[in-house]
Amino acid sequence: MEKKSELLVKEKQLVAPGDVVARGLEYLPGSGCYRKTGDIKSKLLGLVRLKDRVVGVTPLAGVYIPKPGDGIIASVTDLQSTFWILDINSPYDAILQLGEATAEYVDTAKTDLSSFFDVGDVVYIKVLNVSHSKHTTLTMNDYRAKKLIAGRLMKVTPSKVPRIIGKEGSMIELIKKYTGCHIVVGQNGMVWLKGSNEALAAKAVLKIEGEAHISGLTDRVTAMLKAEGTPEPETAQPEEEGGA
Amino acid sequence: MAKAGAPEKLIIHGKRLDGRKLDEFRPMKAEVGVIPRSEGSATFSFGETKALAGVQGPRPMHPKGLQEPTRTKLRCYYFMAPFATSERGRPGRSRRSTEISMVVAEALSNVIFLEDYPKTALDIFMEILQANASTRCAALNAASMALADAGIPMRDIVSSVSVGKADGEIVLDVAGAEDNFGDVDLAVATVGGGDAFVLLQMDGIITMEEFKKMLEIAKHGCATVYAQQKAALMKRYTAEVSE
Repeated sequence: MEKKSELLVKEKQLVAPGDVVARGLEYLPGSGCYRKTGDIKSKLLGLVRLKDRVVGVTPLAGVYIPKPGDGIIASVTDLQSTFWILDINSPYDAILQLGEATAEYVDTAKTDLSSFFDVGDVVYIKVLNVSHSKHTTLTMNDYRAKKLIAGRLMKVTPSKVPRIIGKEGSMIELIKKYTGCHIVVGQNGMVWLKGSNEALAAKAVLKIEGEAHISGLTDRVTAMLKAEGTPEPETAQPEEEGGA
Repeated sequence: MAKAGAPEKLIIHGKRLDGRKLDEFRPMKAEVGVIPRSEGSATFSFGETKALAGVQGPRPMHPKGLQEPTRTKLRCYYFMAPFATSERGRPGRSRRSTEISMVVAEALSNVIFLEDYPKTALDIFMEILQANASTRCAALNAASMALADAGIPMRDIVSSVSVGKADGEIVLDVAGAEDNFGDVDLAVATVGGGDAFVLLQMDGIITMEEFKKMLEIAKHGCATVYAQQKAALMKRYTAEVSE
């Protein structure tokens, strides 16, 4: 049964479910792929991702499934005696225990938990743990975790979040520069915007989502923001320098 | 067993009533991503038979007592629009639609990685907009494309086709009078245009040899449908690049 291994696809190539991406045991199936009798096939309609011997496929659509360590944006849907239930834009609800919500001692007999988080509050929060049956717990014990007050929320396809953030946050910085908005992006596809030009920031985010699979994205987004953006006084300076 | 209104012959000089050869499809059309509001959607048509499918989910399963702890619950809904046939159909569920919903769900449960989304529900809605035989095949073809569009992990795409027997000849993609007055109608679905069958429904009486021949023809037919489905899925994301 000695068979020569070969890779049949290129990085970022579009594949459909059932497409053979690699043959032989030299390669390993990553997420979005499965092995069938020596062949590695795609599970999803998406783009190929290569890392050493591991072949994966990134989906172009689909729901968010929580992973430990993810920073997400969630909204509080229910308040119980010692925990909160949060909507994390996923088929699964998540739980925030009192001990993970605050470092201080809380006497539940005397304290109203809604003074910490109330139903309807929106928070940037970290996924603490996800069990095998997708029982999800969250924690506020993270330097980035905070309550998000006012602003607006929008939903994008979770698999496209890395494109919205860009390489080392470059895409977010671009939008911040031209719109002057505060932007927080959760791994679950929720985006929070706050600032004077929220509409343009939202438009840019939707453009990135719609064209994430086409190369040359940064240039197109920059062009759109340049044409329609009104940079804040302090952010206008670098733009002029770049033009001169 | 002549029925009222039956044409004298279904095959004349090797050609069928609509002018097709015995092993020729009606024009097929497949499109993915037709309903932006649903997570995944597709249309598939064999000539006049048009099916539209939309996928919702995976989403929370309610009531909770019916959720399955280790896998997603696949729920398929096949409906035929009242205006799909020449005589107005009664809208909503029927004995026939319940049966087709079930066979489609069983066919698709063979390819979906149901265990990837425990405790959830996955809904597939199929609507027949116009019916001229092979509606379950068109619905299944549309549904499997819609699932791929929704980003649902699947082993492969399911392709389906009908084969029949009319005037003693075996015909591919049964339509019109062949369905109403033909001898046999066989609906077949395979995985990835290969050898694995996930749907096999037949009415009528045939010999074993004929049945084997029909399966062989159906298998080749499914491979043709599979190519169409793949092309439509690829077009979903490559069409925008060229603009």
